[in-house]
Amino acid sequence: MRLSWLPLAPLLTITILLLPVGAGLAGVLAPAFGWFPALGGTSLSLAPWRALFAWPGLSGAVWLSIATGLGATLVSLAITVMICAAWQGTRAFGLIERALAPLLSVPHAAAAFGLAFLIAPSGWISRALSPWATGWDQPPDLLITQDPNGLALMAGLVVKEVPFLLLMTLAALGQVPARRSVLLTQTMGYGRMAGWVLTVFPRLYPQIRLPVYAVLAYSCSVIDVALILGPTRPSTLAVQVLEWLSDPDLSLRFQAAAGALLQLALVMGLLLLWRAGEYAAARLGCTCVQMGHRMAQDSIMRAFSMVLALVAALAVGLGILGLAVWSVAGFWSFPNLLPDQFTWRNWARQSGGLSRIAIETAVIGVASVLISLALTIACLEAEYRHRLRQTNRVLWLLYLPLIVPQATFLIGLQTLAIGSGLTGMQGAVIAAHVVFVLPYVFLSLSDPWRAWDARQGLVAASLGAGQGRILWQVRLPMLLRPVLVAAAVGFAVSVGQYLPTLLIGMGRVTTLTTEAVALSSGGDRRLIGVYALSQTMMPLVVFALALALPALLFRNRRGVLDRG
Amino acid sequence: MLTKLTATAALLLGFCTPVLADSANPKDWDDVLEQARGQTVYWNAWGGDPRTNDYIAWAGEQVQAKFGVTLEHVKLSDTATAVSTVISEKAAGQTAGGSIDLIWINGANFAAMKENDLLFGPWAEDLPNWSLVDPQENPALVEDFTVPVEGLEAPWSMARVVFYYDSARVSEPPRTMLDFLDWTQANPGRFTYPQPPDFLGSTFLKQALLELVTDRTALYAPVTEANYEAVTTPLWEYIEALTPGLWREGKAYPQNGPAQRQLMADGEIDIAISFSPGEASAAIANFELPDTVRSMVLEGGTIGNASFLAIPFNANAKAGAMVVADYLMSVEAQLHKQDAAVMGTPTVLSMGKLTPEDAARFAALDLGIATLSPADLGPALPEPHPSWMERIAADWEARFGVAR
Repeated sequence: MRLSWLPLAPLLTITILLLPVGAGLAGVLAPAFGWFPALGGTSLSLAPWRALFAWPGLSGAVWLSIATGLGATLVSLAITVMICAAWQGTRAFGLIERALAPLLSVPHAAAAFGLAFLIAPSGWISRALSPWATGWDQPPDLLITQDPNGLALMAGLVVKEVPFLLLMTLAALGQVPARRSVLLTQTMGYGRMAGWVLTVFPRLYPQIRLPVYAVLAYSCSVIDVALILGPTRPSTLAVQVLEWLSDPDLSLRFQAAAGALLQLALVMGLLLLWRAGEYAAARLGCTCVQMGHRMAQDSIMRAFSMVLALVAALAVGLGILGLAVWSVAGFWSFPNLLPDQFTWRNWARQSGGLSRIAIETAVIGVASVLISLALTIACLEAEYRHRLRQTNRVLWLLYLPLIVPQATFLIGLQTLAIGSGLTGMQGAVIAAHVVFVLPYVFLSLSDPWRAWDARQGLVAASLGAGQGRILWQVRLPMLLRPVLVAAAVGFAVSVGQYLPTLLIGMGRVTTLTTEAVALSSGGDRRLIGVYALSQTMMPLVVFALALALPALLFRNRRGVLDRG
Repeated sequence: MLTKLTATAALLLGFCTPVLADSANPKDWDDVLEQARGQTVYWNAWGGDPRTNDYIAWAGEQVQAKFGVTLEHVKLSDTATAVSTVISEKAAGQTAGGSIDLIWINGANFAAMKENDLLFGPWAEDLPNWSLVDPQENPALVEDFTVPVEGLEAPWSMARVVFYYDSARVSEPPRTMLDFLDWTQANPGRFTYPQPPDFLGSTFLKQALLELVTDRTALYAPVTEANYEAVTTPLWEYIEALTPGLWREGKAYPQNGPAQRQLMADGEIDIAISFSPGEASAAIANFELPDTVRSMVLEGGTIGNASFLAIPFNANAKAGAMVVADYLMSVEAQLHKQDAAVMGTPTVLSMGKLTPEDAARFAALDLGIATLSPADLGPALPEPHPSWMERIAADWEARFGVAR
């Protein structure tokens, strides 16, 4: 009974996650019903809700949030499925994987800035075509970014969520005998894509369901991307809530709290709707199978999916390249394709602070990832050894921090942290990051972990290995790739955190992201370029390590990874 | 006032110790300097402008060398974040050792903090360098958007509404708000303003209101239900007429001043509003605007105000914060800031209170290619009461922001 604490791991993990979320929610629930003594709210009332519903932009903002949430998720999932269905198992798939995976590490805000610079009327595409093709010597007055339907916002989300879903799918694909299934359907005359969608996807989807839900919740409540690419008249509900929170008129905080709860309800409603959609899609799939169409002519669709993957990769890649050029730009007028002058001054000016902040970012990221990884593996191992299958349902609670919009509970969490005198310390920020990093680590790791062929453990046990030895010498090495991918995802999540760092760090703990967002409010693309590049590079290096290390370590034992 | 503040705070928080008991007394400056040595001052200030950030970093080196005070710039994307931090700390019962020592603040944020007893003081008028300013000559130093400052914040910078335009594309810029109407109709899509309730966008509305109302006196008292409609009707008629000729026909707006400046740099617009007379010159020097950009003001004057520094009631390093604020009001710091190559913002000091040598140093400053001289800036109009700004910004939101 050396590891008798192991069964408690899930409970410990859930407490670590739920305590802050619960406290934060309480901190928002009270003001939403008029209770906030520091601001003179000492009686319960529905006034905040009346004020919220009296806001003229409410229906527009709510519809926009719903549309972007559903739209971005549907399109991202569709593109991911198309790419996998069309190309999985081919050499081209490896290329797509290598092109898209690095995009995962690009922070949302950086990708959005890059995209905005590409597609704006004064952006790179327009510059490349002007004036020789378009005749424009000044930018056309066209509404492309900030369009009222949120299409630019959705595009900004999709280019970031496709790599995420693709990576999650890849991590899960190892557990489904995809190649054999597709081969079988092909011998029955099905097209490659139809065969994949009808036989692989139904088994794959349960493993990527939570990532999909996280994408849905995130897309519906995103703030930074919406600020950069989204419409402003009105903006999405989440952005509006944050605006109320930061309004000098302190009484708007009550309304903001009510709005934050409405945002929560919106996300819950969308998740239910999506769940219903899953049943509908399953029925549709069955009908398809019964009708027996083979859909063998899919070469156009396959080419189209390749184009989509390339467009997504290019949109982010060129956008980042654009930011890189901005970071060394002097004055850069329209319609010049390149800056009128180049200068290192933008970098030189920042270099002092940059290295110090980069180190702090890395320390926070590594610490929160290590804690998250340890808790995740302890939970999964407890589940496996003690057959705690019922915790599966409990562990759904892990995903609360991803589903409850950040702005909803972080304000309440800050009050809690101040009360305990923990704010402004690196440790407190790391703890706050764990709340957001852990779910992603768990999300990445749990399915590959559970799908591990337990017979490997039986073989090891029959050779005399104890539970601990099985874990360290069989399971972890075999699962090294998903473990490292989970760590890289977690690190990227930590680097990208803005609100938790700001609110719990009280501005005393700065990371590349808090610095970048503070600077981005100044709109200077040169500085945004400098910080967005630094912010992108850091997780990128970690991802490169995560992909390279297993291959390097097991270069003589490839079979270990293939069965992991 | 002080006793009232203390008593209220004590009552509210259930504490019996007076707020000032353990902290610096600005009347005893030597003691303040003594206490300040070795303190770390966390200055929460908007971090969106690299020039301001560089200036704050420079000031940090100076106060370290001169007074042994360490200055940490906490870069905010929105000043209200600092206000909510102080509120959260108060809600959590943290009445001392708070995380913010100094805030760059003015207008509505100051009014909100003052009203909620979140500020330390009075202290500003006890600073040694207060003797260099002249509130009678420059009333904006003691009235922040008509709200009496009462020594709760110290000025460190002056701001004035100016417009900057690209002289390569615009030969005759409009000189009145009504001119703007004609100009946008002749040049559709080439002008816009930051979207209210952004500070600068709301300022554009106030500037228009000041020109369009027949009687300005109502604007210098809190808004009332009785007068709001009548006073603002000309403004809404004007904005209604202006909107179709705006950039993107008013379907989208830049979110803040810097975003508007980027539109100017991208050639998407030809004229922009600014609250800093030195912005255009500094932006040219920083490669952010073409060197053909020039500044101008409206006939009849433009809005002017002061930027202030305040100390929260629970600040940890009050003495250090006062030393920093005093240094920022010094001749040396003000000269450095008004240098076009640094920030180019007008000084808070009164030339009549300086020694002739110091006054000459200000007169000798090169203001930059696109900066108007103090004489060309014309008369400064005081800020209306903050309640007007809040009401107009909310009304704009309903009329033009979201409901269409």
